[in-house]
Amino acid sequence: MTNESIDAEAAVRQICAAYADRQGPLLPILHAIQKSAGHVSDAAIEVIADELNLSRAEVFGVVTFYHDFHRKPHATHVLKVCRAEACQAVGGREVWSAASTVEARGDVGVEAVYCLGNCACAPSVQLDGRTLGRMDAARVTALLVSGGTGVPT
Amino acid sequence: MKYYVSKDSAAVSVGAAETAAALDRVAPDATLVRTGSRGLYWLEPLVEVEQDGHRIGFGPLASSEVESVVTAIQAGTSSAHPRYVGDIDELLRSQGQRRLTFARCGVIDPTDWDDFVAHGGSAGLRMALEQDGQTIVDAVKTSGLRGRGGAGFPTGIKWQTVHDTPSTPKYVVCNADEGDSGTYADRMMMEGDPLTLLEGMTIAAVAVGATRGYIYLRSEYPDAERTLKRAIEVAHEVGMLGDDILGSGRAFDVELRMGAGAYICGEETSLLESLEGKRGVVRFKPPLPAVQGFLGQPTMINNVITLCSVPAIMAQGAEHYASFGINKSRGTLTVQLCGNVARPGLYEMPFGVTLDHVINSLGGGARSGRPVRAVQVGGPLGAYLPQAYLDTPLGYEEMAEKKSMIGHGGVVVFDDTVDMAQQARFAMEFCDLESCGKCTPCRVGSVRAQEVIDRIVADDDRAGNLDLLRELCDTMINGSLCAHGGMAPFPVLSALNHFSEDFGTREPAEVQ
Ligand SMILES: Cc1cc2nc3c(=O)[nH]c(=O)nc-3n(C[C@H](O)[C@H](O)[C@H](O)COP(=O)(O)O)c2cc1C
Ligand code: SF4
Ligand code: FES
Repeated sequence: MTNESIDAEAAVRQICAAYADRQGPLLPILHAIQKSAGHVSDAAIEVIADELNLSRAEVFGVVTFYHDFHRKPHATHVLKVCRAEACQAVGGREVWSAASTVEARGDVGVEAVYCLGNCACAPSVQLDGRTLGRMDAARVTALLVSGGTGVPT
Repeated sequence: MKYYVSKDSAAVSVGAAETAAALDRVAPDATLVRTGSRGLYWLEPLVEVEQDGHRIGFGPLASSEVESVVTAIQAGTSSAHPRYVGDIDELLRSQGQRRLTFARCGVIDPTDWDDFVAHGGSAGLRMALEQDGQTIVDAVKTSGLRGRGGAGFPTGIKWQTVHDTPSTPKYVVCNADEGDSGTYADRMMMEGDPLTLLEGMTIAAVAVGATRGYIYLRSEYPDAERTLKRAIEVAHEVGMLGDDILGSGRAFDVELRMGAGAYICGEETSLLESLEGKRGVVRFKPPLPAVQGFLGQPTMINNVITLCSVPAIMAQGAEHYASFGINKSRGTLTVQLCGNVARPGLYEMPFGVTLDHVINSLGGGARSGRPVRAVQVGGPLGAYLPQAYLDTPLGYEEMAEKKSMIGHGGVVVFDDTVDMAQQARFAMEFCDLESCGKCTPCRVGSVRAQEVIDRIVADDDRAGNLDLLRELCDTMINGSLCAHGGMAPFPVLSALNHFSEDFGTREPAEVQ
């Protein structure tokens, strides 16, 4: 085992320990691991299974059930684009097709999401947790071309 | 001078933070309170200024326009400003809104305890703490309150079951998964008046004898997460949560838990599985969660708005709450108007107003200026209604009669550019994407249905495939364990029944 993987294992065990007294601690643990490591690796799954006395298959099953958890390293920035009905009614489909086809998007991962609760200010997107409303194809393209740094007005 | 600007995430999504920053620059000596949203979203960013005990609004106000408003206020020429809206409370009244549940949202600093109490917060809990559990349950029954999460089940009856189940510990779980598209009342409340949610949960706990509570919040709501965390801290500091609730000697605590992007976890048994750290697969019922819920213990699970309605019921009286509404739909409905509509926002109205009134009189019709063609009520599982149905009063039974539903109160408006075959396909796509996988009609039927709709649109054996689609819908309705698969056919069938021209079966109506 390399030093790096020992460190990673220790970090996962530490996170598990921090949530040890919770009822049903698995989701909070997975969120915490993903927050610190960016994803939930197969190695992490093994350590969690050991810590929580679950089978690897059980933890794996949970990780893969939820859209939020990634098993591989993910883009630095995440742009969630709403594809649901209230956004569709005011041009959300155009925003999605622009966002999902822009080439120069730096290190921004584009993901579909189904409602951001921002329906009254639709179409909506969310960049790294910050919701942006009254979006259109041109603005979302500009946002992606800037690599997720320039929030267009 | 005292100004108010919302920090609600939707207001911020259209520039409220920039507007607030401009206000700070232009009027550095003024007091600026950051509130939740009033729900008047077409006016966001909305700036309010306090004058003679009234709050006068200006909106939508871009940061570049802030200076002109401040100048106008100082010159006494506010009402001549192009962004002048007038007295906000008067506006809400003139719309017929009855803010029973949303009384403080947009008014106060969301996590300021003194502001909360000064505006009537905690009064409901204080009254509940002087009563026994049964008396509180009876009040909830008398109020006629029904679950606002979608199913409309009488809240008092559910509370009674948990109250009567002897096993301990008992839990109160708040369903804050708000997955239905077109809905945002839960989010507004959690960002704008989270202490009311904690108050409602605590009243529920006192009523049913629970000692621990969980809020299961969808991960798409990071602002609500921050605000709720802060609210829980504040509630501890002032003793509304903890070992001795407001000096009553009773204990109750609340923990915030984040979902992980699965729509199905809004279904209550799937939510409980998820809370226990498992895949969010729907459970068979019985046992009911009220009898055997979280970790097999009696669990009171309610939607955010259901719980937030309780403090006002306790404080102002169950009869007062029940005096609003029609037939078996009592109190107020928090209509969340959105989609293609000129004045989208939260309208807290007594049950019984018609869809037409909400969409056209209050909402101003389609934002595009084109005719309204279809309206989806109650989220992604709700039927699409045509113009001819808009005279339906908003009530649980009244909507059910039209094979539609109130759901969580979302009303999504579409103009005449909508393609209803595309909307029908989307309903099945969503069902497929978010199915928990437990039953075949939902998991496989939704995939088949998309293929069948594609063939109908491509005019490939249209008549045969239309029959097949109806058959598939039938199988899903009758063979699904939960409403995800069992109701996903409703938007599809309504599209087929009311908008068949979009499936190539009739000449399309002339587009004006
Ligand atoms: C597919 C599906 C999704 C649901 N999503 C939600 C939701 O996001 N929020 C909610 O409060 N209830 C949701 N429900 C309803 C819950 O199962 C349950 O009825 C509700 O939490 C009970 O609370 P209430 O009686 O206060 O409404 C959903 C139901 C189904 C079948
Ligand atoms: S209908 Fe769909 S979501 Fe509901 S239990 Fe069956 S497979 Fe799961
Ligand atoms: S439907 Fe897009 S934010 Fe709600």
